[in-house]
Amino acid sequence: MSERPVELEVLRYNPETDREPRFQRYSISCPEEWVVLDALNHVKETVDPTLSYRWSCHMAVCGSCGMMVDGEPKLACKTFLRDYPGVIRVEPLAHFPIERDLVTVIDDFMAKLARVKPYLIPKEPAPQDAEYRQTPAELKKFKQFTLCINCMLCYAACPEYGLIPEYIGPAALALAHRYNQDSRDGGRAIRQEEIAAYEGVWECSFVGACSDVCPEHVDPAGAIQQVKIKSTVDWYKKHLMPWTKE
Amino acid sequence: MSRKPYVRPMTSEWILRHSRYVRYMLREFSCLFIGGWTLMLVWGLKQLAEGPAAWAAFLQWLTSPASIVLHLLTLGFASYHSVTWFNLTPKALPLQIGEEFLPDGAIAGAHFAAWAVLSFAILFLAGAF
Repeated sequence: MSERPVELEVLRYNPETDREPRFQRYSISCPEEWVVLDALNHVKETVDPTLSYRWSCHMAVCGSCGMMVDGEPKLACKTFLRDYPGVIRVEPLAHFPIERDLVTVIDDFMAKLARVKPYLIPKEPAPQDAEYRQTPAELKKFKQFTLCINCMLCYAACPEYGLIPEYIGPAALALAHRYNQDSRDGGRAIRQEEIAAYEGVWECSFVGACSDVCPEHVDPAGAIQQVKIKSTVDWYKKHLMPWTKE
Repeated sequence: MSRKPYVRPMTSEWILRHSRYVRYMLREFSCLFIGGWTLMLVWGLKQLAEGPAAWAAFLQWLTSPASIVLHLLTLGFASYHSVTWFNLTPKALPLQIGEEFLPDGAIAGAHFAAWAVLSFAILFLAGAF
């Protein structure tokens, strides 16, 4: 197992003592197959136990270890050190307030997620003593959007969210679309109040960065454009064909 | 222990953070050239309404080096906008036939084909052939 020296430059912020964040350099020796999270764990265990960051599963499932690695939003557990020559700069996810070191305040995202009602609002009462029926085609219509792990990398990549904090943002909108697309769901009209508003899909200018950085290959940018098109069709139907039902 | 979250200011440096943001801003900036070209058409109409001498002056200006440079820049930006936009259409207009979705290339390709057909039709009506 070959090892190589790695220089980490980590943004530190202690709310009790610091007025603003500062970078701290750590020089460590790492095996080739280590990811950024391994290096952070090594620093915390052997060099500096005060370093704070979130992590849990170490297998790109829990979505806890999102951070900026050399300016790009990444999952620390999926980002290999060997892909980064030179000093590796590790910062908290962009566009979120910093709680401490690499830990961000995610209250805003959690509140927005709740607002879009990302759960099944059944169209009709659940079948008695039987399961819901869904064809493979109906499942495929929304399947990719179910893969979101709420890691918030898309929010850190989205300049619209950085500039307009009221914007609901990519993951929450994609999850709303996921339920709207579900054949068992009847909650679209309720969700439209949040997602078809100015702070919803219309703040998106289709930069596409959210889909680029998604570690699970979800396409939030696609979901948002699809909601825009459906909302536009709704508007024309309402104003040009008022006799049709919504 | 009281909380004191630190909010980092967002500066215009984000545009240079990754090439995707530069490409996005180029797409957005294309509207300035396309908008400017449209204003030029309105100016042309005004010159036409003012009489033969004004119209001839407008046609003369169109052949000037400044006009040719502006036209080339506008053509470049308009083409860039169209190509990048059509490449994004599969995201906005996914088409599911049976169980499978139509491949991205088919959806973008249909837009490029329609673009080519319409462009040739306009050139034909304008007497270019």
